[in-house]
Amino acid sequence: MTSIVDAESLLAVDIGSVNTRALLFDVVDGQYKFLAAGVAASTHAAPFFDLAEGVHNAVTRLQEVSGRPLISLDSRILIPTQADGSGVDRLAITLSVGPEIHIVTMGLLADVSHESAQRLAATTYGTVLEKIGLNDSRRQDAQLDALLAARADIILLAGGTDRGASRSVGKLVELILLACKTLPGEARPAVLYCGNQSLSKRIQEVLGKQTRIHAAPNIRPTIDVEDLLPAATELSLMTIKQREKQLHGLGALASISSVPVMPGASAMARLVRFLSGLYDPVKGVLGVDMGSSATAFAAAVAGKLSLNVFNRLGMGSGLAGLLEQVPLSEITRWLPVDIADEEVRDYLWQKTLYPAMLPMTATALAIEEAAARQVLRLASTQMLERAPQLSMAFEPIFAGGAFLAQGVSPARSLLTLLDGLQPTGVTALFLDPHGLMTALGAIAPQNTVLPVQILESGAFINLASVICPVSRARPDSIIMQLRLEYDDGNTLRLDIRQGTLVPLPVRHGQAVKVFLKNAARGLEVDPRLAKGFKIYGGVCGAFVDARGRPLHLPSDPAKRREQLLQWSQAIETRRTA
Amino acid sequence: MLAPVNHILGLTNIRRRRLLPVAGNVLVRVGQRVSASDVIAEANIATRHMLLDIRRSLGGASAAETERWIVRHEGDKVAAGDVIAEKGGLFSRIVRAPVSGTVAMVAGGRVLLEVESQPFQIQAATPGVVTEIYPERGAQIETNGALIQGAWGNGRVSEGTLLPILHSPDEVLTGEMLDVSLRGAVVAAGHCRDLKVLRAAADLPLRGLILGSISSELLASAAALDFPLILLEGFGRVPMNDAAYRLIVSSEKRDVSLNAAYNPPLGERPELIIPLAANAPSAADSVYFQPDQAVRIQGEPYRGKMGVIVHIRPGLTVLPSGLRAAAADVRLENDAVVTVPLANLEVIG
Repeated sequence: MTSIVDAESLLAVDIGSVNTRALLFDVVDGQYKFLAAGVAASTHAAPFFDLAEGVHNAVTRLQEVSGRPLISLDSRILIPTQADGSGVDRLAITLSVGPEIHIVTMGLLADVSHESAQRLAATTYGTVLEKIGLNDSRRQDAQLDALLAARADIILLAGGTDRGASRSVGKLVELILLACKTLPGEARPAVLYCGNQSLSKRIQEVLGKQTRIHAAPNIRPTIDVEDLLPAATELSLMTIKQREKQLHGLGALASISSVPVMPGASAMARLVRFLSGLYDPVKGVLGVDMGSSATAFAAAVAGKLSLNVFNRLGMGSGLAGLLEQVPLSEITRWLPVDIADEEVRDYLWQKTLYPAMLPMTATALAIEEAAARQVLRLASTQMLERAPQLSMAFEPIFAGGAFLAQGVSPARSLLTLLDGLQPTGVTALFLDPHGLMTALGAIAPQNTVLPVQILESGAFINLASVICPVSRARPDSIIMQLRLEYDDGNTLRLDIRQGTLVPLPVRHGQAVKVFLKNAARGLEVDPRLAKGFKIYGGVCGAFVDARGRPLHLPSDPAKRREQLLQWSQAIETRRTA
Repeated sequence: MLAPVNHILGLTNIRRRRLLPVAGNVLVRVGQRVSASDVIAEANIATRHMLLDIRRSLGGASAAETERWIVRHEGDKVAAGDVIAEKGGLFSRIVRAPVSGTVAMVAGGRVLLEVESQPFQIQAATPGVVTEIYPERGAQIETNGALIQGAWGNGRVSEGTLLPILHSPDEVLTGEMLDVSLRGAVVAAGHCRDLKVLRAAADLPLRGLILGSISSELLASAAALDFPLILLEGFGRVPMNDAAYRLIVSSEKRDVSLNAAYNPPLGERPELIIPLAANAPSAADSVYFQPDQAVRIQGEPYRGKMGVIVHIRPGLTVLPSGLRAAAADVRLENDAVVTVPLANLEVIG
């Protein structure tokens, strides 16, 4: 138990592209608890062009909800806690808002340092606009023109193992110097050097005279090893520096924050990495944040992190990115009702103009739920392509973002996640209804107790335990038998058929031991099931999702809609489909 | 809760800042009258360079030795054939500029020539008087008149005579409605769903097009038009809102300017401005939701409808879709009272 003497209350503020959220944490009965949230529209854009107004409004709302005064008469956040109990001890700020960051990657070889630089770029809210490598066939002046045309905010300079090529890295440094010399000071890109470490000091000296240079350990210390984490951490700091230039009010907020301001995705990733040390080291943990303008996937296995930020892919303005990347049929295939393509397209494009707009009708909701599935499909597919060592066998999976968190029901959010992510093996899915992941990740370095106690407190909604076998058996054939053993000694046997979504008779909070029997040939399922494995019911209970991976949807539209409706009803009414 | 504001005003004071993204030259002065399409600031952005390796060409032993041979300095303009560097001696060797350009850098035994640049210009986008200059960046322009803001635009700027050709807010624009008498005008119409009609408008050509809405299938073509296109409502079959319709119809044959900018993070919304010779105060750009405000509704089943807030409901309200959200009761123009989430409302004023 935490000593109350040492405990510190925390105000965590997350600034998104649509909403700013303020969260209050404090000790109650010797344990940290999440107490309340306040939400207000973000004000980074017109007419305020200042983050502070949105933060003030969110904290004011939190004040009203919690009953705790948090803002002084002169509109300052009260830090630390005052004698009368008003105020908070710590402030942590995270943000995902801001224009996309223009990134240029420079690496020696296309299939080594360059690919690693690309994966590094994907850890932040940016887009790679140009790639320049040693085997680039363009003349140096043409490379310079390409670099200048990209109007880079950040250059990622990788290249060379720690005992490798130095002259080649020098050529790339020369190009950056040329660019800096042609640009006025404020327009020069910042540089992150994450290559051959023996050159690091010299490169910092040379480039430091022309622009802001950051350095991190080599992302490819040897040809066979990739280590992005230190460079990704440095890149997240550079992202905030860039945001301070772009977003008025951030500097003032950063000056009163108890921890460095972090990009939301990086904060979530830090929590996920921490959790991967607590859970199964083979399976790993997945964190998903589906925002309005961007979606972030953070996967960690035994402390090794893979963070992917999909800029321009989300449920508000990010729908433009979805519509540009996939044909409309990839979205409409998820519709359980017949809606004309034109209506779907118009609705989604209109939503990009009014990202805060909420679906009022069942039709509008169906369109958004279909889009959400495809956002998750696209992001998870791209994550697995970039990190082929990963699979979707994570346990647990945490998911957040306003669309999922404020959904119609936990059951519908669960089905959206199962359809979109298509996890395999045995997993537990948790919903983050208030954006806690980023807050806990931001404060973790300063307060290691708070995140653990919040996780234990039930602040995340346990949606369900789900067993997801993978089989190529014929539809409707029995692929396995499960035996459930309850704590009271009762048992139950179930035949699981290929293509079905089966609710297990497990109540919320109830534990049951599950054994696998008579597995069909070729069945891929968690090996722990053979010896018995305990699962816990979530608010939606527990399920076996034997619908197949990848999920097969009937090509006939009427049959497909019928199937989707059956699955939806199975989740909501807990009857097999 | 903070409310987004969409201006549809018969008379208001309008002040807009127009800034270059990089340092350049401001071409106007305080007090100067400008029209929307006047260029008020410009910068030269280098697009192509040529790197001359003098040291390699002339066989210099070191960068320092080579630089003694370079006869040009940063900023010098050179023509094709001009001497860049010369190594004296019995057999003098010369490096000449292969094309004309400007010397951007002399360093390390090399000379970087800027051989192509593109002017980057910003237009006033608002007709009026320059009231403030931001050195090397741009200016603030002020005017009084009617202002109608839209939902989406294709980024172009223009001005001309306004000719509304719609007989009702939801009339579909057809090719037959676009005849040569409209050539060079700023046309206002209802809904467009046919690519051929957009192409016909481009072929006339028009100076600008204001529509209530278009099919989203036409988005790419609309973006590519070389005259401004403003959508007042957005995508899908949605009638032009009544307030804008009345104002546009009553402004037939007036001189108007169109700025079809659409960049929400920068606060840029597409705007139709009808300058008027009358002073007016400026309208508030930010308000909080409260009763008696005129609002427009986004999202079905009341999309595009205008009304007045009667009552802001406490707490969260369950919507027909099953979602729970902060909501208000809104009296529509037909007197029906409907419940709408605050997130789907824009204050009109």
